Amino acid sequence: MMGRQHTSANPANPKLAPWPERMARLASEARNPHLKAFYDAGCVAPETPMSQVPLVALDFETTGLDPNTHSIVSIGLVPMTLQRIRCRDAQHWIIRPPLPLQRESITIHGITHSDIEEAPDLTEILAEFLPALAGKVVVVHHRGIERPFLEVALQWRLREGIEFPVIDTMAIEAKLHPRRSPNWLSRVRGKRALSIRLPDSRLRYGLPHYPPHHALTDALASAELLQAQIQHHFSPDTPVGELWY
Amino acid sequence: MQAELIEIRNHLSQHEPFEDLAPETLDKIAGRVDVAYYRAGSTITEFGQTATDLHYIRSGAVEIFRRSGELYNRLSEGDIFGQFGLMMGKTVRFPAKALEDTLIYCIPADLFQELWETDEIFADFVEIEDRTRLRTAVARKGKSGDLLTDKVTRLISRPTVSAPDTIRLQEAARIMTDEGVSALLLMDESGPTPVMSGIVTDRDLRTRAVTEALPSETPIRDIMSTGLITIRSEAFIFEAMLMMLHNNVHHLPVVHGEEPRGIIGLSDIIRYESQSTLFVVSNIHRQQDVRGLKAVSKDVRDSFVRMVNEDANSKMIGSAMAGIGRSFCQRLLELAEEKLGPPPVPYCFMALGSMARDEQLVVTDQDNALVLDDAFEPAEHDGYFQEMAKFVSDGLAACGYTYCTGDIMATNTKWRQPLKVWKAYFTDWIENPQAEALLNSNIFFDLEGIHGETRYTDELKALVAAKAQKSQRFLALMARNALNRTPPLGFFRTFVMEQDGKQNDTINLKRRGTAPLSDLIRIHSLACGSRAQNSFERLRAVADTKLLPEGSVENLRDALEFIAIVRIRHQALAIEAGKEPDNNVRPEDLSPFERRSLKDAFQVLSNGQKFLRYRYHAPTGRQLQ
Repeated sequence: MMGRQHTSANPANPKLAPWPERMARLASEARNPHLKAFYDAGCVAPETPMSQVPLVALDFETTGLDPNTHSIVSIGLVPMTLQRIRCRDAQHWIIRPPLPLQRESITIHGITHSDIEEAPDLTEILAEFLPALAGKVVVVHHRGIERPFLEVALQWRLREGIEFPVIDTMAIEAKLHPRRSPNWLSRVRGKRALSIRLPDSRLRYGLPHYPPHHALTDALASAELLQAQIQHHFSPDTPVGELWY
Repeated sequence: MQAELIEIRNHLSQHEPFEDLAPETLDKIAGRVDVAYYRAGSTITEFGQTATDLHYIRSGAVEIFRRSGELYNRLSEGDIFGQFGLMMGKTVRFPAKALEDTLIYCIPADLFQELWETDEIFADFVEIEDRTRLRTAVARKGKSGDLLTDKVTRLISRPTVSAPDTIRLQEAARIMTDEGVSALLLMDESGPTPVMSGIVTDRDLRTRAVTEALPSETPIRDIMSTGLITIRSEAFIFEAMLMMLHNNVHHLPVVHGEEPRGIIGLSDIIRYESQSTLFVVSNIHRQQDVRGLKAVSKDVRDSFVRMVNEDANSKMIGSAMAGIGRSFCQRLLELAEEKLGPPPVPYCFMALGSMARDEQLVVTDQDNALVLDDAFEPAEHDGYFQEMAKFVSDGLAACGYTYCTGDIMATNTKWRQPLKVWKAYFTDWIENPQAEALLNSNIFFDLEGIHGETRYTDELKALVAAKAQKSQRFLALMARNALNRTPPLGFFRTFVMEQDGKQNDTINLKRRGTAPLSDLIRIHSLACGSRAQNSFERLRAVADTKLLPEGSVENLRDALEFIAIVRIRHQALAIEAGKEPDNNVRPEDLSPFERRSLKDAFQVLSNGQKFLRYRYHAPTGRQLQ
């Protein structure tokens, strides 16, 4: 049904993203054994109802927003389904970045220089990290961070990048609130733009406030947000293909 | 590698029963939970489904239902549910629904099992439901000062000083002086073994002998007090204190069987417990005018607060406050007699309501009446008693016992009548009952003679006990009236939650708790022909008759004790904060423990009311309050 000529996910029309096929092709092309195993685990078909999809919420703390000049400082992940978020399988790593750290960024994450010095390089945890994602659809809040940072980090270290489907809880909020900026009249009346940042989005679903800037807490926060979004605006039968990128 | 879930762990650590767990245990729990989000209105667990988790509410609100669909509880942040399913049949017993958007931490069954088996605090918390939890609540409350746990024998400092009751006044005075005692026990030695026949005290010598200028040759038998009130040697000190308060005596012979072991005096208890309520009582009896009594009345609230802080139970506090109230009445009556001269016919001053039940607190109005001798002639005698009643009533008002708004006071001609009229009143109330009339006369069914010819009130009690149990219609209408005031379902956040799910800001613990409970207990007690007036004693009488299903007497007792003590503590806190005490409690002022136990107590009351309706075929009453 979907053409093999697609070489990348199509954000404009996510339904067309042929993820299972692409994962199969990437598996055959991958040279690194961890990456190959990751792709071999494949992914669910786009028509799979959300209630049946194995998911993993993922969050990176980074030294900045540009994958080409900034580095990953920590990784938090928690496996989940639409019904349950599995804290027993949650994982958290501090990563030693190859690039110099910006001091203020480190303090935001509550990670000290000595933590960093003792921490492993990303390559050293791949054997644990990639299997945690394998076979699952990744859930993030703002897809501009995790996938691009991981792509660049692996390119830099392994000379090959990584691709995988993600569900973006921020994009879901953005679609639900297409006209977030108030017009000039409302602005005059003091109306403020609706925020789709993670803490603000959570508030709309009655989810509790969590202090930001901890990768595992943020992963958990995104996981809960996705459960809430599906219950309020979608259904357990919504095909995953309608939500992933 | 076990990741640290700080948010989950921190939240758990702030709520029962997790707050007392070791840090490692908390980490372990946080690392094992499943998180689940439920949109408002969605079902969390259904009846009969397999119980897989203990549910902990991280945010939002949940409604728990009975199997019948009836609302059982409303829970919010930090509350748990699902423990009973896990402990009992491994299936869900109480279905749960999200009332608001809710985030749940699910603690898996195996971990729950482990905590339950290894951690005592956790086990206590999750195991104990409703009645049982209430019992623990009451028991926990019962930890106490020495007054509650020490026996009277501790206060006996020397063997009893006694003498034959045939001696003369002067010899009695000499023995007391030589021995340095303030009371002398007198023995009738005419039989094979001596038996106690009376007691004479310093005060008796002063008031009866010296002021009357009796010759020193007067037989001691003429002035000694007979009808001895004694206390068993195994009794607790507080029982001795209550006995003195109740009977207005300052000396109690301690007996083992028939044999006297010693005499304990008011001063022994006061010395033992310097802050004792008895101190206030003895002070009351020393006052020479209303002004003096008014000055003493300022100590009553301090004495109340002290008892609360010493962890006295509600029965002790209620008795002590009633004892103080009675002392004010008694002293005022003595002062009235001094002012007006001796009464033209004998009389009995009768306390009604909470004072008669020995369940008085600090916020109370006066409910009293006069039972006069049948020789009473209104035209001739009523002027005297009218003045006496006014003197006492005004005096009580000056001492903080406000006038009764329902005019149930001896100042009202209707309630100042000879014994035969009182008998006719009670007979009419019982044999020709009218619901509305009974609503107003309810208070007369708690009665106690506190001064004068108490045999009159004994006769009235006997009449009520004999007639009430035979009048089904009377019991049915009393039961109907008792159902007018119902308890709420429990609490939810800062609200009192009513049975129908409505919410109020405060709860009147008297109107919605202790009062309907005493009403209910009174009816059972009347039905079983008991003459007891105190609710706890009434319950004991009811227990003996097997009138109520197994266990319900204990449940009612615990419920009454718990609601009463929360009400008492609320009033004590207000007094300490310099505020006027009242009965209105805000849910946010209650501890989680109090909220849970109160909910259980309300449930007991609610079940008790259902049984009352069924047992006495009460016609449908008015709705709520």
